[in-house]
Amino acid sequence: MDCQEIFEELSEYIDENLARQKCRELERHLETCHNCRVVVDTLRRTVALYHSMPDEEVPEDVRLRLHKIIRLKPEE
Amino acid sequence: MKQLVPTDEALIARIRRHDNDALEQLVSRYEVRVYNLAYRMLGNREDAEDVLQDTFVNVVRGLDKFRGRSSFSTWLYRVAANAALTKIRKRSRREKSESEFLDDVYSVRETAHSGSLLTDWSSNPATRLLDEEAKNEMNRAIDDLPEIYRAVFVLRDVEGLPAAEVAEVLGLSVAAVKSRLHRARLYLRNRLSGYFTAE
Ligand SMILES: [Zn+2]
Repeated sequence: MDCQEIFEELSEYIDENLARQKCRELERHLETCHNCRVVVDTLRRTVALYHSMPDEEVPEDVRLRLHKIIRLKPEE
Repeated sequence: MKQLVPTDEALIARIRRHDNDALEQLVSRYEVRVYNLAYRMLGNREDAEDVLQDTFVNVVRGLDKFRGRSSFSTWLYRVAANAALTKIRKRSRREKSESEFLDDVYSVRETAHSGSLLTDWSSNPATRLLDEEAKNEMNRAIDDLPEIYRAVFVLRDVEGLPAAEVAEVLGLSVAAVKSRLHRARLYLRNRLSGYFTAE
């Protein structure tokens, strides 16, 4: 595998979806290729950073308004 | 003692009989998820509030049509994602074109090929990676993704849905989800690299 091919597989690699054979080839490449290794590590870090962003709370007034708007009318 | 938590389906059955307590419970269960999906996709609170309301109004209105072929949460995410996409399309702001976007995505490949060494910022101290300014840059970067990439990325990597469910929510194939996700990630990685390695 060369850098080009590796590049397309990186998301599948960090999501651990690659078949074992392909995964081994990719890791062998990473051992010798600085740039691909940096891309993998920073790509993984990017995904982790976004995943760890804390939830935004729904402001209380927005919540109250929402619950009021959608209240159902009693069944006729 | 274990408290019995009603399933979504049980709540829906009660909502169909106009039970407002059940509706309260169902909305409380998902409002934070819908609000965050909208906030990440739209980048500001006002629009997120509108999408939150539109979503649940549409859900209540459309509940009769919900047949349970997919899970309620998948269906809810679909209604919410569509509401957010509708809102994005109403903005007059010009989006990055697909080709501009792909040029950005693949620019790192050119740099890597040119023989210059890429800088590894992945082990920068967490204090720097997670400070307020960095978070703002992360939000701005999402906001610069073309809409369909943004939807895929937020659902998969921020909300943490499996690729197959993202595909169901957005009406895409799993392969399309994965290829869009990969490009979105590469783009965001480039943006964060520019930010974290700038002097
Ligand atoms: Zn390489």
